[in-house]
Amino acid sequence: MKRIGILALQGAFAEHKRTICELGAKVIEIRKKDDLTENKLDGIILPGGESTVIGKLLNELDIFNTLHQMIRDGLPVMGTCAGLILLAKNITNDEHRYLEAMDITVKRNAYGRQLGSFHIISKFKGIGDIPMTFIRAPYIECVSEMEGVEVLAKVNGNIVAAKQKNMLVTAFHPELTRDLRVHRYFLESCI
Amino acid sequence: MSQRYELNKNLAQMLKGGVIMDVTTPEQAKIAEAAGACAVMALERIPADIRAAGGVSRMSDPKMIKGIQQAVSIPVMAKVRIGHFAEAQILEAIEIDYIDESEVLSPADDTYHIDKTKFGVPFVCGAKDLGEALRRIKEGASMIRTKGEPGTGDVVQAVRHLRLIMKQIRQLQNMREDELFQAAKDLQVPYDLVSYVHANGKLPVVNFAAGGVATPADAALLMQLGAEGVFVGSGIFKSGDPAKRAQAIVKAVTNYNDPKILAELSEDLGDAMVGINEQEINLLMAQRGI
Repeated sequence: MKRIGILALQGAFAEHKRTICELGAKVIEIRKKDDLTENKLDGIILPGGESTVIGKLLNELDIFNTLHQMIRDGLPVMGTCAGLILLAKNITNDEHRYLEAMDITVKRNAYGRQLGSFHIISKFKGIGDIPMTFIRAPYIECVSEMEGVEVLAKVNGNIVAAKQKNMLVTAFHPELTRDLRVHRYFLESCI
Repeated sequence: MSQRYELNKNLAQMLKGGVIMDVTTPEQAKIAEAAGACAVMALERIPADIRAAGGVSRMSDPKMIKGIQQAVSIPVMAKVRIGHFAEAQILEAIEIDYIDESEVLSPADDTYHIDKTKFGVPFVCGAKDLGEALRRIKEGASMIRTKGEPGTGDVVQAVRHLRLIMKQIRQLQNMREDELFQAAKDLQVPYDLVSYVHANGKLPVVNFAAGGVATPADAALLMQLGAEGVFVGSGIFKSGDPAKRAQAIVKAVTNYNDPKILAELSEDLGDAMVGINEQEINLLMAQRGI
């Protein structure tokens, strides 16, 4: 059985947990460094929430360096919304940088405030049409094709899902819908 | 159920496991954001000062709220008086992220709450028991918080309200299906919501604790009792070292089940807000709007 860590510092981690359990994998909630090092993880999910909060807690709970190294060493990781921001090397409208693992440039709160949040059904490469829920979401302004980043989905011309080596990111929240296909894609194609 | 309502419930889901802090200036908002707040509540006076000042308390100046919106990147909430849908329309016009229809302000209507289904922006409402929570949800609230007793620094009422809501949820869960019709009558709420709670063992929206939270231990207590996150009002900026206390409460909400971490972060926080005991209060805000 695959063992998937879910970063459980703040945000919608329970929704990812439910989805991963439905797909038959084991979930380990990550709240401190020991949770990362003492469990043999096959992959990890960085959930949605507030990236400022999760980024700060990663440092203060002494998880950052270990997680950073594990991702660098190839641990499969899926980041949704705030998780995408944590993985990005560049953020255009924020001075903070977090794990700086993925060669993408991200715009935070790219659709504005909550009134700009929206739901749409759109195409995801390799899966087909899927429901996408954007909550005060970022989008990816550009990716480095030189570094092998593959664009997986675009909505209204903006990149909302991408993949690079062991990393999969979405600007939307597959965990908020009852559609399991993005998580299944992560479990089957990235791990 | 409309798609907008789903999106509004979804935003509350993103706030889970977080702390929402009351702030009165852009500077305080920045301190709160840097300390790890997942959202801020913009208001002119924190509840303890509203309590001290007396008089009618209203929605804040939109200009002040806009100043806070510009100062931080996290969601910004603001309060309107119970039943004051015109204040809510104003906050919607400045694209607030969440409206708190709040008993902390003076009620504008002693019978009706706002019909929140008419709005695009989300609403959070206070509740002392399950009936109140479900009535607010039926009116369109996409997030619930306990009322507690704001501005007191005394957690007893928040504990009482949260325990009661959780107990009433467990009672509904254990009922036979044919008992749910009477339960709906007793709670004075629609049957469909009673049926939802019976089947799912939880509210259909996110439920935070609020009112009187002053220490990391208070926050951990409420999380262990079943809150999905915490509002802190006067507890932070009425304390000796707001930034440090705010950070400690944020970490306490994440690690609410780890007494070792809680012990570390409860050290050296300086003075907590002084607080008022329940028996010393002249004005019980929680009794506003039922």
